[in-house]
Parts: sequence; C-alpha cells; structure tokens
Amino acid sequence: MYTETQIVHNNTKTTVDGALDGTGEMVINVGPQHPATHGVLHLVITLNGETIKKLEPHLGYIHRSIEKMCESLSYRQFIYVTSRMDYLSSHINNHACALTVEKGLQLEIPPRAQVIRVLMDELTRIASHELWWGAMAMDLGAFTPFFYAFRERETITDIMEETCGARLTMNYMVPGGVMYDIHPNFQRRVKDFITLFKSKIDEYNDLVTGNIIFQNRMKGVGKLSAEDAISFGCTGPVARGSGVKSDIRKLFPYEVYDKVEFDEILETEGDSFARYMVRIREMHQSVRIIEQLIDNIPEGDFQAKTKAVLKLPKGEFYTRVETARGELGVYIVSEGGTTPYRIKFRSPGFSNLSALEHMVVGSKLGDLMATMGTLDLVIPDIDR
Amino acid sequence: MTKEYFREYFTALLPTASFDESGEWLNVQIQPEQWRSFALELRQSELNFNYLFCLTCIDWKTHLTMVYHLSSTVHRQTVVIKANLNRDSPEIETVSDLWRTAEFHEREVYDLFGVKFLNHPDLRRLILEDDFSGYPLRKDFEDPINMIKL
Repeated sequence: MYTETQIVHNNTKTTVDGALDGTGEMVINVGPQHPATHGVLHLVITLNGETIKKLEPHLGYIHRSIEKMCESLSYRQFIYVTSRMDYLSSHINNHACALTVEKGLQLEIPPRAQVIRVLMDELTRIASHELWWGAMAMDLGAFTPFFYAFRERETITDIMEETCGARLTMNYMVPGGVMYDIHPNFQRRVKDFITLFKSKIDEYNDLVTGNIIFQNRMKGVGKLSAEDAISFGCTGPVARGSGVKSDIRKLFPYEVYDKVEFDEILETEGDSFARYMVRIREMHQSVRIIEQLIDNIPEGDFQAKTKAVLKLPKGEFYTRVETARGELGVYIVSEGGTTPYRIKFRSPGFSNLSALEHMVVGSKLGDLMATMGTLDLVIPDIDR
Repeated sequence: MTKEYFREYFTALLPTASFDESGEWLNVQIQPEQWRSFALELRQSELNFNYLFCLTCIDWKTHLTMVYHLSSTVHRQTVVIKANLNRDSPEIETVSDLWRTAEFHEREVYDLFGVKFLNHPDLRRLILEDDFSGYPLRKDFEDPINMIKL
C-alpha cells in the first residue's frame, strides 16, 4: 500500500500539501483505489503530526451488488457468485449457502459429504491464515515471509485443484453435498501436507513471531476491549483476540464439528499481537481437525439426491458458519419460488472494519498498518 | 430463557407487538416509533442483548421491513425484531449508539434502500458515490445498462 498526500475535500480549505487551515492537521489518503486491482481499501485519514485524529474508510470500489444479483439466480446458481465474496474462504462461503438451502429444504446430508466439507473448510482456513500471515509481515515491511507462506499455500491450492478443479473459486459445495467425490490422491496428499506443515509453523515462529522488532510493533497496538468487540460486531480472530468466545464451530456446531476435538483459541490482551497469535494457534487446531478426519472419511454417497429445480418453502432462513475471518451469516427470505426474494450476507470483514477507527484513533500512522493487518480484511467480502 | 419467556416479557412491554414463532427464532413485529425505547430495553435490561449480528431491510413492494437480528453473548439467546416502514418516506430511529456496528450497517441500508435513520451521527452513502440516484436493492430499481434480467 502506498501513501499519497493530496487534497480530498473540496469544501474544506486545504493548502497544496493537504494541510487543513489553522488546525495543523493534514488529510491524507491511504491505499490505492483503482478498480483493476483486486481488492482495495481507501482510507481518508486526518493526521496531526503523526497522530491519527480521524479515520474514514471509503468502500465500494469493488461493489458488485452480489445481493441483488442473487435475487435473479436460482438456488443452485447463486452459490457460485458467493465464491467471489471472501475469495480466500470460498469453500466456507459456499458451505454457508449450501447449508441455508439445505435448512430450507430440510435435506439430510450423507456423512461422507459432511466430512469432506469439514476437511475442505479447514484446509481453506489454513490457506487463508497463511496468506494473511505473509501479507501481515509484508505490511510491516518484511517481504520474505510472504514467499514462505506461499510455498505451503501452493500445496493446498494444488490439492484443491485436483479435487475441485479450481484453485481459488472452488464452487465445490452444492445443496445436498459436494459436487464430485474426492480425488484418489486426496487423502495421501493431505497427509503429506500435514506432515510438512507441522514443521513449517515452527519455522514461521522463528522467522516472525519471535522477532523482537516485530513484537515491539505489535504489542499494545490497536487495543480493542471485549465489550467494544461485541458492540462493533467483531467476530473471528479479531473478537477472540479480545477474549470473546465467538467460534461458531463451538457455539452452534454444524456438520461434524461437534464430533471432532479442537480448542477455541482465546487471547485476552486485545492488541495486534493477540490477534496475530490467535491465527497462528488456530492453524494448529485446523491441523488437529484434519488429522482426526482424514483417515475416517465414511464410505457412501457424496451427494444427497435432490430435485433438478430447488424450491424453498415460504419463510426465512438464517445460517451462520465460521470463515477464516469470522462469522458469516446468510439470510434468505423466500417467497416459495425458485429464486430468493431477498438475500443478505452478513460478512465478517464488514463489521471488523467498522471497529478500525475506534482502534487506531490516537495512535501513530505507523501503527495503523500493524492494526489493519491483523484485521485480515478481504475487500470483496466487505463490498460484496 | 425460552421463546415463551421472551414472548411474555415483550407482551408486558409492548402490548401491541405481534409474534411469529414459526421460524428458528422468535420474531417480534413492532411499530417503528416503538423501536428506540424497545431497543434501549433490550440492550440495557437484564436481557442484555449486546450483539447485533445482522441488520438489514426487505422491500415488499408495498412497504419496507427493517430486520434486526439480536443476540446475547451472555445468555446465547436470539430474537428477531421487525418494523414495517412507509415506502415513500421510510424513517426509523438509529441504534448506532447502542450497538456500534449499526453505524455502518445503517449507512449501508440507507445507501441501498433509502431508509433514513434519525439521529444517526454520520448518515451518508457508504458504498455508492454521493451523487448516485436511486436505491439499488429496492425491487423497482431500474438500470438498463448494468443489470441483466433473467
């Protein structure tokens, strides 16, 4: 992200370098805003010296109005669009939509499909956290970790490609189960990956977590109390970094999450380092879940039998799942037809972003990056 | 705390409210002018609904319906509050001071549905540009260039 000084408000008197007259304050824009870049966030920041006085996110550069598009798509079709929301958790987005449709149809999912879904979700979570870890370090000026993270992430995308046919927008989960059965190599390759990955997490810790410069930049920065986290609707690692129990997998278990053993990671400091540690420790838990399930995929169908045209009964259906970023809610209002009457995606990034101003006002501009990085924002998820 | 408990509690508070228990959670239909005092009660009484996890609007062509999904991190209970608004000049009190997340969500609803939130600290369009005309998520929104109808 680059920082550029320019005049933003026409109605405010500004000098050429962006300083507001008489206040000693300056307005700067942080972040690119070109639509060709895949997900960009534009922050307008009022600075006094180096201290942030006000921060205002400008959204909408990648707004596609997915909610409106879904109103004209059938219950099978709309799932594909949702891969493009939080593209790092596309499996989990698809999962949430499939679950909502299944809830409406009161469909039973074969056990095999349930286990495959959870495996895919957890692989996605690891891949997403890895990308976050690399990007986080890059935000702080360390370029090398990005390559370390992508080295392992690449293995996951290869596994996904083999089974789902896509590396990023998988569209693998469909109402009733999953689209195809897993590839014959799937179990072996996942096990190989897990063995490799467990040694690599220690490498990450050596490289970044234990670094004293890194810790000094992260500790005590971007504080968020538990009450504020709840009030701002923060979920996922952001809320858990402040000690709020918010893991949907534990609170409202879906699929086989109530049958596997894993811990909900909580840190209580509420600063950037706490949020960082939550994600690092969550990767271990995802590994734990995968290890329990990978040799225990039940035999049977991978998809329940469904009608060619799905019709949800009249009513309202709400499902929530835990994506890598937090609680994703899918709210479908059905009028009994083949398309949703209204659909709302309660995306985790949107609420997490709303807490950003509260977290950084009063701190230095340099701390903004250390805070924003730990929110793990995916902009298409915010804009939708 | 069960659906029946909430139902009795809310009936004592708002005798005119109607209830729908067919779904997963208790739905409470209230008048928009009752919303502010009701929200204060939900937030500050021992019910302690401190987590507003979904705030949205539905366009029913004849009227708009505001939908608030509220939950409590203490009791782990959920209720859904609904208020019907006039479609021509939709107005409802803000709750952004009770649940900070509402500030962004209300701006989004204002942007895409045109609902005016009274006493909101900063009610501007959030996603679309300031000079955009129309409210895209309303059912009668027309955009001949960008919208594909099936």
